[in-house]
Amino acid sequence: MNFWQRLGALDRRIIYTVVGLAVALPLLLKIIMPIRVSEPVLNAYKTIDELPAGSVVMISIDYDAASEPELQPMLIAVLRHCFKKDLKVILTGHWALGLPLGEMALNKVAAEYNKKYGVDYVNLGYRPGYSALMVGIGREIRDFFATDYRGVPLDSFPFMRTVHNYNQIAVLVGFEAGATGDAWVQFAGARFGQKIILGATGVVAPDLYPYLQARQICGLISGLQGAAEYETLVKSIGTATLGMPTQSILHGLIILFIIIGNISYFITRRRKK
Amino acid sequence: MRNQLPLIIVFATGLLVIVTFFIPHEPFGSLEQRFLVWYSIVAGFTMLLGLDSLVRYHLIKIRDRRSGWGYSLVLLSGLFVTLILGFYSWARYQSPFKLGSPFMYLYSYVIIPLQATMFALLAFFIASAAYRAFRARTTAATLLLVSAVLVMLGRVPLGGWLWQKIVSLIDLLPGTNLSGLKGLEVFARISDWIMDVPQTAAKRGIYIGIVLGGIAMSLRIILGIERSYTSGS
Repeated sequence: MNFWQRLGALDRRIIYTVVGLAVALPLLLKIIMPIRVSEPVLNAYKTIDELPAGSVVMISIDYDAASEPELQPMLIAVLRHCFKKDLKVILTGHWALGLPLGEMALNKVAAEYNKKYGVDYVNLGYRPGYSALMVGIGREIRDFFATDYRGVPLDSFPFMRTVHNYNQIAVLVGFEAGATGDAWVQFAGARFGQKIILGATGVVAPDLYPYLQARQICGLISGLQGAAEYETLVKSIGTATLGMPTQSILHGLIILFIIIGNISYFITRRRKK
Repeated sequence: MRNQLPLIIVFATGLLVIVTFFIPHEPFGSLEQRFLVWYSIVAGFTMLLGLDSLVRYHLIKIRDRRSGWGYSLVLLSGLFVTLILGFYSWARYQSPFKLGSPFMYLYSYVIIPLQATMFALLAFFIASAAYRAFRARTTAATLLLVSAVLVMLGRVPLGGWLWQKIVSLIDLLPGTNLSGLKGLEVFARISDWIMDVPQTAAKRGIYIGIVLGGIAMSLRIILGIERSYTSGS
């Protein structure tokens, strides 16, 4: 076995070690890289930024802990933006295992801005059958969420008394790790004309580009990069900005692996001929 | 009649839901809302059905000492511990999501790390797979490879940094002055174009196919042509 063949059949443990180091070192060194803000993220930011104080924003947690590194910084950045602008937040979610993440983010950001539960935000919790729920909210939210996640009637919260359906919700922000974002666009957007912003994992985001081009969504925050862009816009450095050097180095490393793998493949193939 | 009754119910319900979608006025509007609430309730009960099926399957596996029964034991233990802590937190703190409750402790220190670890492992597998399998064997594979590399570069700050270095290197040549191109972020622009044009075109085609398939399947179910849900032919 010559050098190129040996390189082509490199032990995977060496690859894993290099990847592990590439992930850990930038995180430990807390390097920060400049972030370029893309148009879809800027549009998402502008949509929220242009809302008058007191407008209602509904946030849907459609992910769980597996996508937390990408979507949680997005949620925190959007919550910071909403509370900074004195917007009212309604939190719900269609992934049962993701709702505690929403609760954690709400508690953290609300404390930063001295926002009070029931006055500035509520957490509706989870109900099964998301497509029915998305259509049903178009008529009356109380038919599905008579109470918040702790069983407190919605009408006992001052700002919820005037919220009945999408007409009173200025923007809906969905954080997506699956296909729930499509349902928001199809049921809340297409049927009720609800303004929608979607934040999605890097894997899911390409699926949402057709909606972005057709202006069915006002903005798209995609992947850790999108979260870092939003953090840049709201001027709060979070885990997404801190994670970008790691992602940069890892992308570079994978590109390097692809190049080395292909060089080894072509040289070995030519020698065989 | 036993075989035909489900078909009649499906036909009538399907037709009514279509009518209520296009005519939101009374009485159809409230009828649709009622259907939607029923759907949500039924969806809740399907979770119980799933729970029953899961517990039954793993209990039988443990009882018969089938291969991997130990994993089933871990799964059931996890399930019941989560359930017990969830109900306890609900009773004690009015919500299992209350920060500091035993359920949230379990969620923060067991569920989040486990799920995050599972997903994080992907980075290692992707790197290894990229090294071993991502080969420019054919024209299509080469196109995919080049696009992937460009998107990967364009989606991270590394792309901008690399472009600036390339321009600086070219600038070293005598008689060249490309410093104005440094801010162009070429990799990011190429990446945006790939995502906006070829990627979206392909996705749109796939979506149209999926939706047409969905409509065809829905019509087959409503009209009783597709009967697999009745467990019959």
